Amino acid sequence: MTPLLSVRDLHKSYGSRIGCTGVNFDLYPGEVLGIVGESGSGKSTLLNALAGHLEADHGEVLFQTRHEGLRDMRLMSEAERRMLSRTDWAFVHQHARDGLRMSVSAGGNVGERLMAVGARNYGDIRAQAIDWLGRVEISEDRVDDRPSAFSGGMQQRLQIARNLVTGPRLVFMDEPTGGLDVSVQARLLDLLRSLVREMGLSAIIVTHDLAVVRLLADRLMVMKSGHVVESGLTDQVLDDPQHPYTQLLVSSILQV
Amino acid sequence: MIHIENVSKTFTLHNQGSAAIPVMTGATLSVAAGECVALTGNSGAGKSTLMRMIYGNYLAASGRIEVDGTDIVTAEPREILALRRQTLGYVSQFLRVVPRVPTLEVVAEPLLAIGTDRAIALARAEELLHRLNIPETLWTLSPTTFSGGEQQRVNIARGFAHTYPAMLLDEPTASLDATNRATVLTLIEEAKARGAAVIGIFHDVEARERVADREVDVSVFTPKREALQ
Repeated sequence: MTPLLSVRDLHKSYGSRIGCTGVNFDLYPGEVLGIVGESGSGKSTLLNALAGHLEADHGEVLFQTRHEGLRDMRLMSEAERRMLSRTDWAFVHQHARDGLRMSVSAGGNVGERLMAVGARNYGDIRAQAIDWLGRVEISEDRVDDRPSAFSGGMQQRLQIARNLVTGPRLVFMDEPTGGLDVSVQARLLDLLRSLVREMGLSAIIVTHDLAVVRLLADRLMVMKSGHVVESGLTDQVLDDPQHPYTQLLVSSILQV
Repeated sequence: MIHIENVSKTFTLHNQGSAAIPVMTGATLSVAAGECVALTGNSGAGKSTLMRMIYGNYLAASGRIEVDGTDIVTAEPREILALRRQTLGYVSQFLRVVPRVPTLEVVAEPLLAIGTDRAIALARAEELLHRLNIPETLWTLSPTTFSGGEQQRVNIARGFAHTYPAMLLDEPTASLDATNRATVLTLIEEAKARGAAVIGIFHDVEARERVADREVDVSVFTPKREALQ
């Protein structure tokens, strides 16, 4: 099996300050990789550099494209990258508002992604949008409402529907359950897990919530001060952490 | 099926004065297909630690842990994941699930994960839940709200849903009543009969005597006290 994404020696600085550095990993189809670390550890910088939202200083982000084999994202043209981000890639923002168009109806938010990849038949687009709203547990009678009339959890589910409707192969998620009620988080986790399995998605999830990665991620990378200090199987890293920082992180969790 | 050779383990507590605690040295044992080996030894002797190393949940410091030809000590995470999906089952003492997922789905999940047809996976889950006396009215509810004993039985049903060729069982009969205990022991015997290699920890002596072919005293692998100094 060949990796879907290979990252080699990725580095991003903000002036003299390191964002992330020396990052290497392979992500295989169907794998979910969690990236954890405290605020300022570089996990969001890394995610944004991978997704092309930030220009990395050096290194390679190799993606297995459908038709042209391995391509370095950093060497692609802006147009190619934009096409990829509409089709094979998806990005779920922490704040649903950043990933949704708040002035467009829920159905429109989902349909827009389809139209961006060439769908033109209104009936088909609406039917697919309703199907996807159903999958993320938003009832059909809300299809014409704007997301501003939705709760935070619903907005987040709508953002996920908007991102997944085009059948991407790789999903980036930045704190997807952050800022949501615990009960809503559980529902979202359940949803994400089943979608990942049914669609065979690969995903990279950035979070500071170790309980979330335990349930969602196959593998884990722990970041501190821009460096990956430990990586491995999720349960192994959490149950038998080797690096001092990971040990501190794991032992700092409050028991419920 | 399972070959363990000269395995050692040390815990280093970096945030507590970098204390290094050697917990195991020279652990060696083999389990053939269709055989059940019981790990024995006092509490703290390292039974669960050894079991967790076999599952790849703890990192071994040295040695070899071969399960169906894959060396867990040096394998890549995705190789261990594939092994856990297909080959190596583990029934831990505690059930850990995504909240909100119905019991039936929780039990069927290992089968769904390897691509078993949904109807077949659910039928197998139903059969196991029946055998383990989980009332049908609970099947559509999440097990997070169940009693400790019910959760343990759901965990066992889940662990036996897929017919793993190798299984690790950590106290599978603890805190079960006589009927359910007998059912679990029958499940273990059935697993052995179809050729599964089983490693178990059983505090329950009768259970151990009924299913285990051999015992391995883990305390012989415990480093001598002097080594701690």
